[in-house]
Amino acid sequence: MSSCTCSKDGGCSGIEEINLIKLFPEKTSELDRYIETLNITSDIEQNRGYLIQVLHRAQGIFSYLPEDVQLHVANKLSLHLSEVYGVISFYSYFTDKPVGKYKINVCTGTACFVKGAGRILDELKRYLSIEEGETTADGKFSLGGLRCVGACSLAPVVMVNDKVYGNVTTDMVPQIINDCSE
Amino acid sequence: MIKDANGLIDYTEALKNQSSSELKLYVSMGTCGIAAGTTPVLNKIYQTIEEKNLKDIIDVVEVGCMGLCHSEPCICLENKETNEKVYYGNLSEEQVVQILEAKFDTELAGAKVLNKTWNTPEDEEISDQIQTRIVLRNSGVINPEKIEDYVMRDGYKALAKALTEMKPAGVVSEIELSGLRGRGGGGFPTGRKWQFAASQDADQKYLICNADEGDPGAFMDRAVLEGDPHSVLEAMVIAGYGIGADKGYIYIRAEYPLAIKRLEIAIAQAEELGFLGENILGSGFNFTIELKYGAGAFVCGEETALIHSIEGKRGEPTFKPPFPAISGLWGKPTIVNNVETFANVAAIIRNGADWFKSIGTEGSPGTKVFALAGKINKVGLVEVPMGTVLRDIIYGLGHGIVDGREFKAVQTGGPSGGCIKADKLDTPIDYESLKALGSMMGSGGMIVMDEDDCMVDIAKFFLDFTLEESCGKCTPCRIGNTRLHELLEDICSGNGTMETIEKLKTLSAAIKDTALCGLGQTSPNPVISTLNNFYDEYMQHVDRKKCPAGVCTKLVSYTINDKCVGCTLCARNCPVSCISGERKELHHIDQSKCIKCGVCYTACKFHAIDRT
Ligand SMILES: Cc1cc2nc3c(=O)[nH]c(=O)nc-3n(C[C@H](O)[C@H](O)[C@H](O)COP(=O)(O)O)c2cc1C
Ligand code: FES
Repeated sequence: MSSCTCSKDGGCSGIEEINLIKLFPEKTSELDRYIETLNITSDIEQNRGYLIQVLHRAQGIFSYLPEDVQLHVANKLSLHLSEVYGVISFYSYFTDKPVGKYKINVCTGTACFVKGAGRILDELKRYLSIEEGETTADGKFSLGGLRCVGACSLAPVVMVNDKVYGNVTTDMVPQIINDCSE
Repeated sequence: MIKDANGLIDYTEALKNQSSSELKLYVSMGTCGIAAGTTPVLNKIYQTIEEKNLKDIIDVVEVGCMGLCHSEPCICLENKETNEKVYYGNLSEEQVVQILEAKFDTELAGAKVLNKTWNTPEDEEISDQIQTRIVLRNSGVINPEKIEDYVMRDGYKALAKALTEMKPAGVVSEIELSGLRGRGGGGFPTGRKWQFAASQDADQKYLICNADEGDPGAFMDRAVLEGDPHSVLEAMVIAGYGIGADKGYIYIRAEYPLAIKRLEIAIAQAEELGFLGENILGSGFNFTIELKYGAGAFVCGEETALIHSIEGKRGEPTFKPPFPAISGLWGKPTIVNNVETFANVAAIIRNGADWFKSIGTEGSPGTKVFALAGKINKVGLVEVPMGTVLRDIIYGLGHGIVDGREFKAVQTGGPSGGCIKADKLDTPIDYESLKALGSMMGSGGMIVMDEDDCMVDIAKFFLDFTLEESCGKCTPCRIGNTRLHELLEDICSGNGTMETIEKLKTLSAAIKDTALCGLGQTSPNPVISTLNNFYDEYMQHVDRKKCPAGVCTKLVSYTINDKCVGCTLCARNCPVSCISGERKELHHIDQSKCIKCGVCYTACKFHAIDRT
């Protein structure tokens, strides 16, 4: 995990302090317009039912969910920041760290596993010098695992953003990375 | 808008009377097909039809998964008059042009012809095919984005029958009589569950479709949602009518974008025609369906956790009882059923409980869809009657093990299941028989393994999964599984002793007995089942510090023997350049640098690399 570079001493959440909400007013209003289509009331139980879909939308817009976005969502739904953070940290789909331009995901489903996905993942880690769940220093590549993408007939499978590579072998790794710069 | 049951009959007749082209060309556009490159093939088809002016004689139907994942991209050509059908697989863009010219002349078409291995009892005479399709009846046959296609295949007929000819109690008892059991894993009788909720007196009840499909290596539910979404919607309205709920949710994984898109389209179409909404088919019954998205947590497949997730909370399970049927979503009676369970409902209402019971076994009527994958020649989606023997699935439908290797085990039930050995291949499968073998039905993942798979490593793989997915609420699951994983790690790295094996056994039993929810209670199953069935292999790791399958890297080493001709292939392939040697001379592996990736072993054409 990368350590925080902010100047706060103590009380720092470890999240870098870039305020996306202030930085991107058009994105923020896109999110607000979505929230307005929901039936947000003073009934907190009901509002909470919308939380996960709002976070999905927010992540779709901002690509990750740092503290200021979490706080913004919390205020809009009259929830506590801690509740929002609790949900984000629980679900692996949500991330509060920026992700790379190319999201490289190795399928770690059972079919891919028995066909050697572990070796592919190891080779990618070695090649990119990062661990699973990390992003390269230049912000270009993130490496992760994902569960069965339903292409078991092509196992082992690697996904780069929306592109699927099938029947991957370790010696295809340089090519896959190369494709990304095109 | 269709106003009543007669309106539906008129609408269906009108659709059937529309003139259709002589030929139909089905193109498989499920996730598997798209991943394998069907899109360019489809574009080529449209282009060729345009160029050759074939628009009036060929209808192209973009369909969901045909189950022939092993041969994607694939298409099916049908002659509407004669009902002749040919399946072509592994297509290239060039072949498509040829096929469009050759049509049914398979020799001239020059493409691989696939055999149909299923029979759909609602449409055709029973044959001796291994597969029987009820759930997948429409998948690969209709365009999932067109409600008309579904309606023409008796779609919403069951809903009309339920709403106009049956009382809610009659619907529930028909499902109960059919013996349908939950396909989400547990196998609980669906009718009985509905009965619990129906008998509750409440101002509000909810119905939830569990489309969280968490088993990492299975994709049955997705195929149904992508290929035939209306079958689930229709069943949900019927179920809502049966139990007295007017609000339904489909909880679907965010990782299934195509299924989500097709569900959204299907819901909008069903609302427009009046199969969803108020006063459905003039019956006075109202029902709406809303999508809720998962966010990557396996435990949310567990029904109490799923309910918390819909409420917008962390998806942590809670103790049962109370069961959701009594107190579920926002404290109201709630029924949670799996996608595949729902996909059976309309067929049962249409054809009756007795018809359904005539398929499958006495204790487990109907069929089960399996996602057949792993070291098997024909990976794909299969639907077989309960009671089919494993051998027929693996060798009959799957065409055996790749490269003619030796079958070692088949894993069913995902992270909650177990591995079944070769001597049990002739077991007819149903809920009980799989349990007796130390595995379980689970949701339908079926992964075949061969001699190259290490069973200790497989157990560790599933525990890795459980560890990552454990919500952390209860200690046995959070800490216990961590310890189990460490013990397995010890064995895989050569530090295991007999004591480790004993500890594995006692700890597994303790976790099973004490964990809070189904996730923890079943998490030791892969360990227990591999220990029982492959004890020798564990002993090899412990006693001889060897991994017979050559998987546990700490226990294997690669060396070059004198069969080496010095072709340099291994050295060129080695990712860490630890192989040295002159051309035409014996090569050498530097053990201190070797990362044991096995690339040289697979690359060598002269059997010159030993793995010990
Ligand atoms: C850890 C865990 C994960 C589960 N995952 C799923 C799932 O992905 N899909 C599903 O339908 N049921 C899943 N279940 C079972 C559900 O709790 C529930 O029993 C099921 O949805 C009921 O539907 P059915 O009776 O139609 O099978 C899971 C259970 C546990 C304990
Ligand atoms: S397990 Fe990787 S695609 Fe299914």
